[in-house]
Amino acid sequence: MNLQVLLDGVVEGSLIALGAAGVTLTYGTLRFGNFAHGELVSVGAYWALLVAGAIGALLPGSLVTPEGFTATPALLIGLLAGAVLTGLVAVMIDNLVYRPLRDRGAAMAVSMASFGVSMAMRAALEVGFSARPRYYSDELSIAWDLGFARIAPDRVLVWALSMLIFMAVALYLTRSRTGREMRAVGENRQLAEVVGIDVRRVLRMTWLIGGGLAGAAGVGIGLLVQVRPSMGAEVLLPMFAAAIVGGLGSLRGALLGGLLIGWGEAVAVAYVGAEWRAAVSLTLLVVVLLVRPTGLFGRRE
Amino acid sequence: MSACLEVTGLVAGYERSNPIVRGASITVESGQIVTLIGPNGAGKSTCVRAIAGLVPIEAGRIQLNGQDITTVPAHGRVATGLGFVPQSDNIFADLSIDENLQLGIPRHARREGRARAEALLASVPEFRERRARRAGGLSGGQRQVLAVARALMAAPTALLLDEPTAGLSPRAVTELLTQCRQLADEGLAILMVEQNVRAAFTVSDQVVVLVQGAVAMAGTPQQLSADPRLAAYYLGGRSPA
Repeated sequence: MNLQVLLDGVVEGSLIALGAAGVTLTYGTLRFGNFAHGELVSVGAYWALLVAGAIGALLPGSLVTPEGFTATPALLIGLLAGAVLTGLVAVMIDNLVYRPLRDRGAAMAVSMASFGVSMAMRAALEVGFSARPRYYSDELSIAWDLGFARIAPDRVLVWALSMLIFMAVALYLTRSRTGREMRAVGENRQLAEVVGIDVRRVLRMTWLIGGGLAGAAGVGIGLLVQVRPSMGAEVLLPMFAAAIVGGLGSLRGALLGGLLIGWGEAVAVAYVGAEWRAAVSLTLLVVVLLVRPTGLFGRRE
Repeated sequence: MSACLEVTGLVAGYERSNPIVRGASITVESGQIVTLIGPNGAGKSTCVRAIAGLVPIEAGRIQLNGQDITTVPAHGRVATGLGFVPQSDNIFADLSIDENLQLGIPRHARREGRARAEALLASVPEFRERRARRAGGLSGGQRQVLAVARALMAAPTALLLDEPTAGLSPRAVTELLTQCRQLADEGLAILMVEQNVRAAFTVSDQVVVLVQGAVAMAGTPQQLSADPRLAAYYLGGRSPA
């Protein structure tokens, strides 16, 4: 395998891992697979488009983009705003749709409702922004020649930011009290309550962080590919596959799962054909589940 | 001594039309161990779970140190001074011993809580040496001690224990009940559900017999041991003492 394929896989994998971290976080705490997670990815990309566009309109030419990059400083602010706003959208959806169903003990209905939320959000994005692809920049990010491989500066930036966000969230979840509380709620919600944990507050934090991760992944995908209402739906399967391959509920599993899926997709594109890209996620998923049903780092429930 | 936990006319259950606890009244004073006993299905566990806020309450009142906590949500009752250790699944097995203890510390009293956790770890060598390891690796007895210790991190004034000796070896039962007695002697009010009546009688100040969700008898262990109705209600003809 050549190093170019490895490098491409690492960048794609880091974005998949970021989205998978959101999937694994919401599943680990709520025991619920949110099928609208893909649309949160799209929402994050559009928030960043709006915020970066607004900054560009209000402060034209005042923020200088470094040589070789198309990601403007305004887009980096858009990334931050997009992640926070997408997290808030996720909290709002939970308050309006999922929580009322959860409180009635309708676990299956919550998952089914997430399908509905997914379709409604995608339709809303199409109505609001049309299905036409958008780009954060009209410029091209010209690849650096590393000798053994070529990589565009934007791709380096996306990889570095993904890892930075991933590490920050991992540190927060393992070192902070709220992180401990999230893990406690995921393991035993009733016990968490009698220990004095405000479970509703913890669930709000879970949606905020999980939605934020999806939103951040959306901005990365938007920068490297394009911004479209269906962009999230297209990466939902790889993100779910990465979370399941790594072991649902495990953050390091999401990271490794994301990298495996990313590498798999890069290999498929390079050696088999781009049309086989999506099949890689499912094939890897089936193989890992056959060998280890709990995923690489998952625990038996 | 003063009434620390006062439960009056408690009606509670999982279905509104079919309450399991039917008008139970129980008082626990500071420094006392009150043990709730009764035949299977009498509603003992439901009673303490309702007091802890985990089972819907239809009628009655729960007061802790004079404060009405009947409508306070389960997590809020901890802040009022109520601790609860469920019968099973009472530790976070995937979290470390240290993290279990940290979770018991209230947000508003972190410094005091940390000092309590360190003092506890210093006094329990098995925990101190394995503080960063998964709590799921502990033995049954150690789990119970950790669960009680976590509840104590919030410095409660009243502690509810749901069958704390279930599944423990005779030696672990004795050790755990002795520790409960020590905690009560230090001023804690303990309401305990216990199937092991003989062991419970040795440490209890008061015993309440619950039958079909209502208090059928109450008194000191000596009084109840001498009462033939206890055997009829509970022991199938044998006196516990």
